[in-house]
Amino acid sequence: MPEKPLHVLLADDDEDDRLIFKEALEDIKIKTNVITVNDGIELMEYLTRTDVRLPDVVFLDLNMPRKNGMQCLEEIRSSDALKHLTIAIYSTSGAERDIEETFVKGANVYIKKPNDFSTLKKVVEEAMRINWQYHISGINKESFMLSL
Amino acid sequence: MANLQEHSLSVIMNILIKYDISFTCKAILQEQLEKLAVDFNIIGLNEIEFTKPLSSSQTERLKLLLQNYGIEVIENQKVALVQKIKDTIVDMVWNDDILPNIATSTYLADALNHSYGYLSNLFSEITYSTIENYIIFQKIERVKQMTISENYTLTEISYKLNYSSVAHLSNQFKKTTGLTPSAFQRIVKKKRENRAAVIN
Repeated sequence: MPEKPLHVLLADDDEDDRLIFKEALEDIKIKTNVITVNDGIELMEYLTRTDVRLPDVVFLDLNMPRKNGMQCLEEIRSSDALKHLTIAIYSTSGAERDIEETFVKGANVYIKKPNDFSTLKKVVEEAMRINWQYHISGINKESFMLSL
Repeated sequence: MANLQEHSLSVIMNILIKYDISFTCKAILQEQLEKLAVDFNIIGLNEIEFTKPLSSSQTERLKLLLQNYGIEVIENQKVALVQKIKDTIVDMVWNDDILPNIATSTYLADALNHSYGYLSNLFSEITYSTIENYIIFQKIERVKQMTISENYTLTEISYKLNYSSVAHLSNQFKKTTGLTPSAFQRIVKKKRENRAAVIN
């Protein structure tokens, strides 16, 4: 495991969800730096800045004002500079159709927002761990799909 | 211009120099690393980051190149052994058509000359994960590969990768990825269709 922290970016319009997510990341064994943005427009602005390091994982809420998660996902996957990013969908929907659609559009991880904090910690840690496995083993990320 | 007279007097000339030692070291590193023809970043004075893991022969070459300048590669024995464990597992899962039919604990212990208990504890200490998880991760990746590009049926895959039954394989796939093998196949197929649609 890396001693250096992983860079994590979360796009979510709900302030409480952002706060809980940050707390969950602080509590897991894998060290992370978290940056949060409030919607899809802010996210795409951040990702296209040239003065910042791209995140190792982007967590993306599907339901956001101005630009939703699905639109961001499509933009990211059609951009040469961004298409290699690991995208984890972080959503309240657990419907199988929604899950499959995001994978078809190129998501790597799908997390249904859990109702309790300990489950959240567990799934976020699992997502980070698997992402790390892909990162170090040089396996084609195309087959990286994880539904939690 | 030197004239003859000066020569015969053999005047000694001294030039004083000073170094920016970090600049010098960086330049040497840069020069030698470029010989490896891999992507790298030099971080500070003591660390080099490679975008892809080096093979053991590349690591050996790097050590030799740097040795000439009195630069030594610091090896963390534990990390190196964990890397060996991973390499052995990857070899086992990917390199043969059919997985060897012996317990992986025996396989690893024999291949690496350490007790499985030692290897297992070390692995967990360094990676926050377990050998078992890593094997499952690699096996499921191979299953994906075999379903996507080689068109094997689940029955054939379960035989080749030593699963006791298709149900066992299916369960492990679902537990590891959150998706059933059939959902995974469906998604991959749709992705391909979408891509083909974009290209045409």
